[in-house]
Amino acid sequence: MKKQIIVGLGSCGIAAGASKVYDKIKDIISAENLDVELKQTSCIGMCYKEPLVEIIDDNGHFLYGDITEDKVMDLMESHVENDEPIKDLVVDSDMFDGSEKKYFDGQVKIALRNCGYMDPESIEEAEAHKAYDALRMIAGNPVSRDAVIQSVLDSGIRGRGGGGFSTGMKWRFAKNNENEMKYIICNADEGDPGAFMDRSLLEGDPHAIIEGMIIGAYAIGASGGVIYCRAEYPLAIKRLNIALAQAREKGYLGKNIMGIDDFNLDIYVKEGAGAFVCGEETALIASVEGERGMPRKRPPFPAESGLWKKPTNINNVETFANIPYILLNGPESYNKYGTEKSKGTKVFALTGKIAHGGLVEVPMGISIREVIFDLGGGIQDGKKFKAVQLGGPSGGCIPEHLLDIPIDYDSVNSTGAIMGSGGMVVMDETTCMVDMARFFLAFTQDESCGKCTFCRIGTKRMLEILTRITEGKGREGDIEQLEELSEQIKDGSLCGLGQTAPNPVLTTLKYFRHEYEAHIYDHKCPAKNCKALLTYEIIPDMCTGCTVCAIKCPTDTITGTKKEIHFIEQDGCIQCGECFSRCNFDAIKIY
Amino acid sequence: MRINRKLNKPKEVIEINDEIDLSLINPLINIYKTKKGNLIPLLQGVQSIYGYIPEEAFYKLNKDVGLELAAMYGVATFYSQFRLNPVGKHIIKVCHGTACHVQNASKITDAIMDSLKINDGETTEDNMFTLESVACLGCCSLAPVMMIGDETYGKLTGKSSVKVIKNIKIQESKANN
Repeated sequence: MKKQIIVGLGSCGIAAGASKVYDKIKDIISAENLDVELKQTSCIGMCYKEPLVEIIDDNGHFLYGDITEDKVMDLMESHVENDEPIKDLVVDSDMFDGSEKKYFDGQVKIALRNCGYMDPESIEEAEAHKAYDALRMIAGNPVSRDAVIQSVLDSGIRGRGGGGFSTGMKWRFAKNNENEMKYIICNADEGDPGAFMDRSLLEGDPHAIIEGMIIGAYAIGASGGVIYCRAEYPLAIKRLNIALAQAREKGYLGKNIMGIDDFNLDIYVKEGAGAFVCGEETALIASVEGERGMPRKRPPFPAESGLWKKPTNINNVETFANIPYILLNGPESYNKYGTEKSKGTKVFALTGKIAHGGLVEVPMGISIREVIFDLGGGIQDGKKFKAVQLGGPSGGCIPEHLLDIPIDYDSVNSTGAIMGSGGMVVMDETTCMVDMARFFLAFTQDESCGKCTFCRIGTKRMLEILTRITEGKGREGDIEQLEELSEQIKDGSLCGLGQTAPNPVLTTLKYFRHEYEAHIYDHKCPAKNCKALLTYEIIPDMCTGCTVCAIKCPTDTITGTKKEIHFIEQDGCIQCGECFSRCNFDAIKIY
Repeated sequence: MRINRKLNKPKEVIEINDEIDLSLINPLINIYKTKKGNLIPLLQGVQSIYGYIPEEAFYKLNKDVGLELAAMYGVATFYSQFRLNPVGKHIIKVCHGTACHVQNASKITDAIMDSLKINDGETTEDNMFTLESVACLGCCSLAPVMMIGDETYGKLTGKSSVKVIKNIKIQESKANN
């Protein structure tokens, strides 16, 4: 067979230099006149090994990691021209164990089944990977609308955007509201900082999401479809539009789809304009209608009165991506994974101070420890684990002693965090938990739409207190006031943004109260992160008297003459850290 | 991260800016005029033409499409995507998402501010660069990252981010000569 070379061109791969690698391979192929096929695919999830290049030949497949531009020549010479795989660079292969076997073995890929294994811009390749087979099966059998909903109910899938509401129930509500016009919306406004599951799915397998929406539209009787996607994801939008045009051409969208009488549907992409609150479904609807994205009171729920006051069903990207698999393979193929109340698999984005950052899909019920230490390879640079943040700005920080809890909706909720959409930000001993809480509050405060007073002003007050604490101006009573405000904001807010905004503060107070106390009462930041609370001192034994620190000090508080030990006058020090970063002899300590 | 409010001048004193060719908006108006929910796509279209939403464009949309000024201004100031002031040729978006924050994204912003002599949200005098902080670019595993145009740069340090900008400067000066 003709050799195939496949380069991973997802957003993160491109950022790591994959386009340049692709171009270089292309140049070599034409210069050497090689008889190989060069293709592109999307993110396989292994971001820490980007750029990734896969070679498929008669012997099997070989996935190479860390293929930067300078390694391309060697790879082409050795493997492509001389059939000698470079074993050290292989991360996965069916011929021998690659270096990252553990990373692949721990995963069950259902939503991500095709991501990284096909060209997302080719519908023929997608069809070869079973795209639209579930739809064909429903139309050919034919499967009734109620039977489709029953399958989804039986699979036990719950909303993967973070809400965790039963998808089947949601569909049933929307179906039962009779109306000549109904809408189905895909929520692709992935706003959680630190999460990129939906981006990878949209870029890697757009047809799975479109097929999921078509099946959903059939089940509830919708004829209008919208994908509400963040404008910050230009590649995802481009690939969605390509996929939608292909689906229209092939008759998967349009009138009397697949020969089903009166089943008409078209889907278009609506670009979000940058507002986190639009992840909330009523705010999202307002935004699609061209208004400020502000949530409104429920009921009426969107299933009764949603977009343009018509029954509307909104699901998340990952939820839709699972639907074709469930329909095609039966609910048992999905609910055999997971725990009693949380079925199936969940995609997580592993980021922060983790050794192997990337995307993983794991069965529900495995422990957080397994995800971080087995799949994620533990903490970067051999540092010590401190906490993991789940659920983004609405979630919380989980400390080490709770790492063995299973990943399911109820267990995660019991810690004070939430499952959320799947962001897992790992923190080590150098991350200050007060600063982390301040960071999230700054985010929610900025993104609050301003409708509810407690959310609008309460988060502002909380942010002021947290900023004060990190600046070393914390006062007695601050912690108590944070707690009081948290409860009030939770009670006094209309939508999920406000109701969950205090979570990062509450969980850090619950598990890391001593850090808050150290900031306020001892004027120390245990993680050595908050600048204003640090003390810089010269270690006499290490100082060579080179005078660099004294020259660089912006406030001239470092005294000493050449070849003599220097000294920092604490009164004038502004904790800028300049001396520390300039010293060539590690002679400055921070405490 | 929100844009600064502007546009408080009464209508009479607005100087009509000759440089702005408002007819560029016409094709956009033809597409969206009769569509439901056209306000955001229209503003997005205007911004993609000029790089920001010029004051005059609001009045034109008001006259030609019938959208209320207050509704447009409300939307334009609500979403972080919209800008009411001109921006530089290259917009530097430094990610301050959780993962980038943990990996010290503020150092990147500081280094760029230092190098370009502007503050966050400002544009350089030669209108070449605008510096912005954004929430999350979705490349968390390569944190800290920034985006200039459609290009994303990952695993940055203060030094390497400044170097990227210097390279763009060099290319620009080459293109001008």
